[in-house]
This record gives sequence, C-alpha cells and structure tokens, in this order.
Amino acid sequence: MKVLVAVKRVVDDNVRVRLKGDGSGVETAHAKKAMNPFDEPAVEAAVRLREAGVAEEVVAVSVGEPGCEEVLRTALAFGADRAQLIEAEGELEPLGVSKALAAVAEREAPGLILLGQQATDDDAAQTGPMLAARLGWGQATFACALEAGEGEVRVTREVDGGKRDVAVPLPAVVTADLALNEPRYVKLPSIMKAKKKPLERQALEALGVDAAPRLDLLEVSEPPARPPGVRVDSAEALAERLRNEAQVC
Amino acid sequence: MTALVIAEHRGGQLAASARRAVSAARRLDAAVELLVIGGEEAAAAAEAAAAVEGVERVLCCAGEAYAAQLAEPLAARVAELAEQRGYTAVLAAASSLAKDFLPRVAAALDVAMLSDVTAIEDAETFQRPLYGGSVIARLRCREPVRVMTVRGTAFPGASDGGEAPVERLEPGAAPALSRLLEERLSDSGRPELTAARVVVAGGRGLRDEAGVRELEALADQLGAAIGATRGAVDDGLLPSDAQVGLTAKVVAPELYIAVGLSGAIYHVSGMKDSRVVVAINTDEEAPIMQLADYALAADLFEALPRLRRALAADS
Repeated sequence: MKVLVAVKRVVDDNVRVRLKGDGSGVETAHAKKAMNPFDEPAVEAAVRLREAGVAEEVVAVSVGEPGCEEVLRTALAFGADRAQLIEAEGELEPLGVSKALAAVAEREAPGLILLGQQATDDDAAQTGPMLAARLGWGQATFACALEAGEGEVRVTREVDGGKRDVAVPLPAVVTADLALNEPRYVKLPSIMKAKKKPLERQALEALGVDAAPRLDLLEVSEPPARPPGVRVDSAEALAERLRNEAQVC
Repeated sequence: MTALVIAEHRGGQLAASARRAVSAARRLDAAVELLVIGGEEAAAAAEAAAAVEGVERVLCCAGEAYAAQLAEPLAARVAELAEQRGYTAVLAAASSLAKDFLPRVAAALDVAMLSDVTAIEDAETFQRPLYGGSVIARLRCREPVRVMTVRGTAFPGASDGGEAPVERLEPGAAPALSRLLEERLSDSGRPELTAARVVVAGGRGLRDEAGVRELEALADQLGAAIGATRGAVDDGLLPSDAQVGLTAKVVAPELYIAVGLSGAIYHVSGMKDSRVVVAINTDEEAPIMQLADYALAADLFEALPRLRRALAADS
C-alpha cells in the first residue's frame, strides 16, 4: 500500500502573528514558517506504517508557494520516501486544496491519505473531509489512534464527550489529532538524507484544477481585549467579590 | 431564502447547541427549517424541535443508515436535500459531529465553507477566528449555498414558543463506508462542558491526584463542569474530553475558574469569552492572571478549601 500524507506550511506556532497596517490581512511574508503542527503526527503515523511493513511507500504532498519545499523536506526527514510540491500562487482555500489533493490521489492511487485535522493558520478543519468527499472515500477525522487491518483502518476518534472507534474501508482519508502519536525528533543525518530524496514540482494549473478563492476577506482585526481585572488577596475576598460584585455564586 | 439547520440530538433529546444554531440561522434573513436525522430516536427529538421558536418546519429523517451518525451517510443525505430543496444556507453548531460531516456537504455542493462562525452581520457577511483566536476575520461569502458551522457560545439559544409542522422524510442517499465499532462516552455526572454555567478548569499546576480532588470538590460544590489544559491531559491528570482550547472545546460560561494553569494562547482562545474569569495561580506573572477579572496569587491546596468554605458560608 502507498500512503499519501499532505502537509501545509504555516506561520510558526510560536510566532505572534501581526496584522497588516491597513487591516487587509495577516502579515505572513516575513514571518517564520514551519510545518503545521497537526501534520506532524500525520507524517509520523505514515512513516510508522511503512516501518511496520503495512505501507511500502510514503509520499508527502504540499500545495502552495515554492517555499513549501521546506516543509516537504521536513516530511522527508521524518522518513517519507519522496515528495510532490503542487505550486500555486496566492490565497488557497480548503476547497481548492482538496481538489488539488484529489487530483494527486487519482494519479498516485494511495491506499490511505493522512492529513492534520486542521491547520493552525485558518483553523478550518475542512480539507480532510472535503478530500474524502471528492474521492468518494470513507473518512475518520480527529484520529487519536490508528491501526491498519485487512482492507480497512481502525481508528479511534476524539469526539465531544468521549471517543469513537470506527473501521473505514480502504482507500480512506484519516485526519490526525495531536494525540495520535509523539512525532520523532529528527536528527541531523535524516535532515541531510532528506535533501537527496526526490521532490517533484508541478504547477497547480497542470492538474486541471480550479482552486480560485471563493470567499472575500474584507478585513482582519484583533479580538476586543477584556477589561483589566483586579487582584484579590485571599480566597475569602474572592468569594465576596464573586457573590456580591460579579453575582455569579 | 431558506436555511437548513442540522440539529444535534442524543437519546431522543434535542441538543442545546441546536437552539443556538437556530438563532444564528435567523440572522441570515431566511426562513429556518430544522433537520433531525438519525436512527428511530430522531422522531422524539423532532417533536422537541418543533417547539423551538423561529423554526418554520422540522424535517425528520429516521433510518438505520443514519443511526451511528457517521459522516458519509449524513453528508450524502444533507447534500441531497440541499440540492432538491434549494436551500441557500446549511448550518450546524460547531461540534465534533458537524466538523466531521459538514465539509463533506460543502464539497459535494462545490461551495466554500465557513468554520466556527462567531458573528453573522448579514446574509453574506460573517466573522470567524483565525490563528487560534488571535485574529478575527470578516469575510464575504457569495456562494449559492452558504455552508457553515457556528460557534454555539457566540449565539443565544432560541427558546420554546414555536409550533412547526414535522415532515417525515424517507431515508435517502447513504453510502456505506465506515462502520462504528464502539462509542465510549464519559459519564461524570457533571454538566456537559460546553453547556455548563460554571466551569472549573485545571492545568499542570494541579500536580497530582490530590490537586485533582481539590478541583473536583470545588466543581461539585458549584455544580460545575470540569475543564482541562492540554498539559493536564498529557500528564494524565484529567480526561481528554475535558480539554478546553481552540482545538478542543470552546466554552463561554458565566464563570470560569482557572486553577494552576498558565493561560497558553490555545487554552485561552477556548475560554476567553467567558463572562467572569477567575485565576488561582502561584505565579503572579502567568498570562491567565493578566486576563482574569479576579486573580488570586495563592497555592491551590490552601486557596481551594478556603474558597469552598467561604462560598458555602455565603449562601
């Protein structure tokens, strides 16, 4: 079985994002970038399937600007065998990305596609299920455990109020929760080796996919700040405030 | 202009989040129809749905294929209905269920989707958070069908007062792809986290079982739900379904008491719309202490028993 794993390049989670002066968007051009944190357990899970002999090959794919090569190299350093960069300029939305990934999947014919459940920039959590719908495949989102079985994957999903175990016939789409696994620490020799692994580039247009944005971003702003609070010096003073001032107890 | 709201339900009961989705839908200047889809128990929930104010019609689709609430059959049936009946909006309260099936509906209809909408300005102008809630985006959506999840905490729940007709629908499209093997829901006896009036949340500062017991004692006294940070979950102190944060549960209770947690951005974005925030932490400089309406710099093992006594004496 071949496993396809999709990765996204986002502003590094540890960086505080800045808004453009005119409020027309988020200043991303010069911000430090990294692989979307939710994609790391997806890549790790894919590599573990190959190490366990369940998968023969792991192909990493990313859709976006040329700089996405960087996160594909990270995926290769994790242990992916080869990578595909679908180059696209400008804004991309989950719908367009899911179409591009579906086109790649039709060509590569993987048995399983893994993705992060959401990306930390747009927090949409749409690409995985949209991709599954487009391909007509089954899906398991928010996976915190994954086990390959005969012709299916068994997945434990994190859901409101508990967990659900599902079996999804292959081919399938699975999106990773951070709890899926503990991604490995990538050592220098793996990073060096990743530089020599094959990385194929292709323009989005060549896939025959229309990924033009459908939504207009009117403006961005910072959320309103909460009014400043007060320090209380004892549990008794706190109880008194909660009862008489805030009137919540 | 007609909006279809997909109502969540369990055991024949309509979820509180469905009422919040109804009031969001009413802001779209559209007639609101409510779909209750599931197994045989959907009929009972549909009766409750008919009484929700502002609902013009309830559609009840009960069938074996929908009983397990799997994304593939749910999405196929909803997309089929949207096409047959020409809805201009399809929405549901943001939950692990809606986040699972609604993107499939949007893809089937070939329209962009909006996740976690926090404000509806008019039928095509919306607000939603980006970057863990540190940025608010205003977006215009002119898709023929507006597909979205709405954040329940951002909209009031529609009350009873309606008398909508219930239309029974035959089961329709239902591709058999995934199978439910087992569902394990935690039954703590406490209120549901996203619907609770009071949430008492703990972080790594709870340290051990003794800290968790202090937290639970306060929660029980206040009739509160228990929340957790990712750190407390990773350390095995609190269950993962208690996790509060943008990537877990988003809550906005009347009172949020944060105990032994620092206030990392991911946690804060899941609770910052709470009406009153209390922080109890030994670290005066912790971000949560700046955010809180009332900050108490104290050790929780000393402060929580005293707070319980003081609140009990007051009432």
